[in-house]
Amino acid sequence: MSGADPDGDPETDTADVPGDDGTDEPTAMIRPEWRSDLLLIVKVVLATYVGFFLVGVLSGAGVNATVGTIQSITYFGAIFALGALALNLHWGYTGMFNIGIAGFMAIGAYTMSIAVASPDGTPAGFGLPIPVGVVLGMVAAGIAGLVLVIPTLRVRADYFAIVTLGFSEIVRLSVQSRSLRQIGDTAYGTGGGQGIRATPVDSVVGWLFDQPIVGAVGDVLILLGEAVGIASSVLERGIYTLVLILFVIAFYVLLTRIAHSPFGRVLKAIREDELAAKSLGKRTDRAKIAAFAVGCALMGLVGTLWMGSRTHISPDHFMPLITFYVFVALIVGGAGSNTGSVLGGFVFAAVIFEGPRFVRTMVRANLGTDFPRTAYGAFAELGAGDPAALIGYVLYQQADEVRYIVLGVVLVLLMIKRPDGLLGHRKEIAAGVDLRRRGAVADGGRSAEDDGPAGTDGGADDE
Amino acid sequence: MGVGNTGGTVSELIDETRKRLSSGRELFALLIVLGIAVLLLDLVRRIATGELAFGRLWRYTWNGLVDSLYIALAAIGLSMTYSILRFANFSHGDLVTTGAFSGWAVAWVVGGWGVYSVGELVLFSPTAAGPTGGELGMNVLASPVAILIGLAAAAALTVAVALAIDRLVYRRMRDAGGIPLLIASVGVALALRYLIAVFWTVESHSATASAPILEDVPPWLPFERVNLHELTLVVTAVGLIVGLHLLLQYTKLGTAMRAMADNKDLALITGIPTERVIFATWTIGAGLAGVAGYLIVLDRGQFSINIGWFLLLLIFAAVILGGIGSIYGALVGSLVIGLTINVSLVWIPADLNEIAAFTLMILILIVKPDGLLGGVETA
Repeated sequence: MSGADPDGDPETDTADVPGDDGTDEPTAMIRPEWRSDLLLIVKVVLATYVGFFLVGVLSGAGVNATVGTIQSITYFGAIFALGALALNLHWGYTGMFNIGIAGFMAIGAYTMSIAVASPDGTPAGFGLPIPVGVVLGMVAAGIAGLVLVIPTLRVRADYFAIVTLGFSEIVRLSVQSRSLRQIGDTAYGTGGGQGIRATPVDSVVGWLFDQPIVGAVGDVLILLGEAVGIASSVLERGIYTLVLILFVIAFYVLLTRIAHSPFGRVLKAIREDELAAKSLGKRTDRAKIAAFAVGCALMGLVGTLWMGSRTHISPDHFMPLITFYVFVALIVGGAGSNTGSVLGGFVFAAVIFEGPRFVRTMVRANLGTDFPRTAYGAFAELGAGDPAALIGYVLYQQADEVRYIVLGVVLVLLMIKRPDGLLGHRKEIAAGVDLRRRGAVADGGRSAEDDGPAGTDGGADDE
Repeated sequence: MGVGNTGGTVSELIDETRKRLSSGRELFALLIVLGIAVLLLDLVRRIATGELAFGRLWRYTWNGLVDSLYIALAAIGLSMTYSILRFANFSHGDLVTTGAFSGWAVAWVVGGWGVYSVGELVLFSPTAAGPTGGELGMNVLASPVAILIGLAAAAALTVAVALAIDRLVYRRMRDAGGIPLLIASVGVALALRYLIAVFWTVESHSATASAPILEDVPPWLPFERVNLHELTLVVTAVGLIVGLHLLLQYTKLGTAMRAMADNKDLALITGIPTERVIFATWTIGAGLAGVAGYLIVLDRGQFSINIGWFLLLLIFAAVILGGIGSIYGALVGSLVIGLTINVSLVWIPADLNEIAAFTLMILILIVKPDGLLGGVETA
């Protein structure tokens, strides 16, 4: 991938970090806090599950519907966590305000679909194996990021936002355009407004089940599930969600390693003060280009993973709204923290994305589905003394609109009350050492006893 | 010595040119200018060879001028909030939507008063039993009063919504940076748009009767027939733009606004009442945006809640082209964008014309981030 290997960055400059030579004693280096972060994520996830289950069962929505909601939350939580992690590299670490996420997702997903779809379809694909398609999607999104970022390195943050939004709209309008439906006289193309329909055999879940070990495990699981009474489609979805969770872990590890590498510290320095970083001799342009391309490639991967569970993609799946989903997920968690990104993705999926739908399920279970279809009817019945009609109209008929309203209101409230998000106070600093312990380092460890708790905090998780 | 000297200047010249080109911007600018020159030459060739009828080119140009007028109305407000409140307001497109919905709802209520129930009229006939725009006679000849009241209501209600949003959201973040305000404005945009959708649904509506056409046109006009709705749009928009120009140049408020756009701190020191100027900014900007939304619907007939959001990037393109903060620049930018999305149809299919406009916007942001007029702020 575009030669942007963060660990191989020649600017590696760890020699002057105090205490780096003595590996046994607790050092001043900031280390990722794997264990406490994992615990935090597990706690939040479990609490959400329990909360939804209790509310669902007590409100009479039914166990089945509740379990379905929890599965949806997990699936979308994983998707948004992936998106937020990728965006965190841009916005959280480097400070690049990218609101063209949907465009990079579209490039990844379309590249994969064209590569993977069967050669007989309209538009035709190349019939390549799925892993090749996924890698091609990533590479294409990464290259698109490179092409976009190199000329726009120096534009202001708000201009950069407009450029990236414009870019994502250009991508969407291009794939939607009739003239690219079938490129030239070839059978290949984007399918225009209809999109690309990959046959179910080509979908990722189907492909997974054809693999030797995974397939065998999957078959056993499906047999087990059928014995208990769970439909195989539910299980297939569950297994795909599991794959997504594995990707979340991989993203998390990769990005945390990047963040704690010298390259990552350059990125954070750019976020804090690009001029200062440049003055210290860091090649900020190169770091920004690399970070942007890597992030875009990851976004492309997220696009392929998201659409991989479907058998059909179309331009409507890549409206700018997708970008704002991911953005809200990141901001909820707190930009600048990978743990926050994962938590934000999950909380966003549970409360904002699936919440209104869950409320809809509860309304259906308790008040039925016989609600007016228009605001006119709702207000007419309200006037006739039936407030349930209005409640039902808003919460049942307009559940999607309510979701977007909640999304907007949450965004505004976060910006006013907590611009740092749930975990924003943990925003990692650009320094490689914990600056709060400067006294300890400068005095040759004299005050190490005083800083005991801080020392164990930082060092306990070292392996 | 003399020979060496000449050699030196030539090589210096080459060095300098190379340095300028390698900085990227000049190279990009050169490419853009070359591209435009090639397109213009091709246009001349097409007309000369008869490949492109002159009438068609004139129609594209006229449509471009009309489009640029409503883009300009919306762009002025965006440019003003950008320069005075210092953030890119992503909810500006949804003020356009607010104007379209509120204005036409009022026009319908006035037009159908006493015949149909208010609820039916406000929501544009949610049931099949309700009237259509045609049945209500929603054209400028049949019910000019309703349409005029609707126009005023579009401006007034949009201003009210914008001021309420400012009170609720932006006033609490006056000192926040541009990016937090930008993110908050995205939230405002979503909430506002889907609040409208709760009442009017996401379906598309048709608010007007078909436009009356004037057939006997004076021969000195370059038209065979005049669409009166289009004419209304042009006259209203030009009138408002001229009025704004007079306001900015010849009133105390206009001077204060220009001063604040130019240098906020200096304006504060000179005793310009900040909040009052911000109030005026929202009033003028939102009012024009609401009128723009109302007039677009008058011209097109069909509209949905996405009318403003889809327009937003074009508005941004216009504002950026003209140089953010410059109102006259925004007018020039709107002209360029309006012409681009229409005249580009000579070369590219209709569903790619917005791509041309967005590409132009990105290129301008890269090459000349200060805009075509070179960063003249509200002068």
